[in-house]
Amino acid sequence: MVEAATAKAPIGTPFAAPMPPVVVADHLSVVFDAGGQRVVALDDVSLDIARGSFVSLIGPSGCGKTTLLRAIADLERPTSGRLTVNAMTPEQARRARAYGYVFQAPALYPWRTVERNVMLPLEIMGMAAAERISRADRYLGLVGLTEFRRRFPWQLSGGMQQRVSIARALSFEPALLLMDEPFGALDEITRDGLNLHLHRLWRSTGMTVVFVTHSIPEAVFLSTRIVVMSPQPGKVVDVIDVDLADRDLDVRETPAFLRVAHRIREALRAGHSYD
Amino acid sequence: MTRTLRHAGPVLTVLAVVLVVWYLGAAWLNFDRARDLADDGAAWRDVLASTMRQDRPLLPAPHQVVAELFDTVFLHAVDSPKSLIHHAAVTASAAGLGFLIALALGVSVSVGIVHVRSLDRSLMLWIIASQTVPVLAIAPMVVVVLGNIGFTGLLPKSLIAGYLSFFPIVTGMVKGLRSPDPMQRDLMHTYSASGMQVFAKLRWPASMTFLFPSLKVAATLSLVGAIVAELPIGAQAGLGARLLSGSYYGQTLQIWAALFMASLLALLAIAAVDVTQSALVRRRGGRL
Repeated sequence: MVEAATAKAPIGTPFAAPMPPVVVADHLSVVFDAGGQRVVALDDVSLDIARGSFVSLIGPSGCGKTTLLRAIADLERPTSGRLTVNAMTPEQARRARAYGYVFQAPALYPWRTVERNVMLPLEIMGMAAAERISRADRYLGLVGLTEFRRRFPWQLSGGMQQRVSIARALSFEPALLLMDEPFGALDEITRDGLNLHLHRLWRSTGMTVVFVTHSIPEAVFLSTRIVVMSPQPGKVVDVIDVDLADRDLDVRETPAFLRVAHRIREALRAGHSYD
Repeated sequence: MTRTLRHAGPVLTVLAVVLVVWYLGAAWLNFDRARDLADDGAAWRDVLASTMRQDRPLLPAPHQVVAELFDTVFLHAVDSPKSLIHHAAVTASAAGLGFLIALALGVSVSVGIVHVRSLDRSLMLWIIASQTVPVLAIAPMVVVVLGNIGFTGLLPKSLIAGYLSFFPIVTGMVKGLRSPDPMQRDLMHTYSASGMQVFAKLRWPASMTFLFPSLKVAATLSLVGAIVAELPIGAQAGLGARLLSGSYYGQTLQIWAALFMASLLALLAIAAVDVTQSALVRRRGGRL
């Protein structure tokens, strides 16, 4: 694991920078047609995501948090409202390779070695071979998997595979990282380790992260801002700024941490997530 | 070593049982004729022994087939019409060419089916329907029609061989090209990968897992196709020709030798596919 070298993004003051938001959702709705039935996945969501912030989207299944993330990534089309990424449409932003996406599962290609999986986006973007190798080396080092670079995905544990997929998303150095429950399938111990890892990574790179989760401790631990959502239809019920000084695993027992966790639970209850 | 023995054990047991049944069958089936041929008053034991050495037995004994194989494989010049190697080579070249035609056509058609919606809807049904046409019915027509427009020899046989092996290749390849899951495809979308890139870096490598099992089936089918294609035209050479002339003249030894040679060719064809597959598996770290 690599320690955070420099903290480019000041923790706890994510909105001090005068820069325009990375993501702006304005009365955004996404409606699916599920076999003739209208499913409102997102209903009138308005949201800004500031540059350099770590924003978690939290809520129960069906609250539209993944849909929102996929809309930002141009994997879903908004039905109405406006959505911009770096002041572009999501499609333009995708074509400009504005973001890296980490899926729920590692989605590694089993016929490629770990190293070549990390190089995949670089190949597609037409990067020179020497640069591809040095990038793969750097980002595999960053997730602590340099010695596994010649292995194949199925020879690695689930947690290691997900770290490879994070290295792959980071390899082309996007300013925005979209993560869809990346640690959802992992055991709690592995998840704790990866949370710590991701936090340091975010601090050292200064990139913007949008992170979908349904774990309250995970959201509080990682985020500068937490967007609580409720299902049927998918809505934003609360937006909570998190101001925690030191983030190590022990921070989760501090009163400040527990206060934020409590407020999330209140918001979830208000959104009928526990009904 | 012990592992090899453990694997060989069951195989050898089956072989032993087959041989015993075969010898009993040969004795039983050839007995009537042996009795007719024997001198009056010949000992019963002599009659039984003679069932194992007839020129044209109803069912040749295993050692007779082995002797015939040895004779036709090793004791004749390879280019002589009496050499079974010669006939095997004729059939194998037709099957091989047919297999390559089917591979090229099958892979191209699969790519078309996966990428062009109208091809998917129009072609797949016809490809499946084509499999209901018995190859024995279509082979003579193809051979005669092509012969009339000047194509004889290798090509008509290869086309029939290809016709049979085309189907497994298409079904396997279409399934393989469609095997990447939505997440793997979404990943490509997030990179704004072009259609060609999605094909080259995702669909094509993913399809290999499905292509190779199909290739094993296709390799044996191409042999069946080549042999069947040699039957209706009175071909001068090839294992099919050997089978046909053997049955005309009651040369059962010749038929059985040709059958064994055909099985051997099929094993070699599958082994060839296996070797290619192993090379790919090695490059993929031990998994297809």
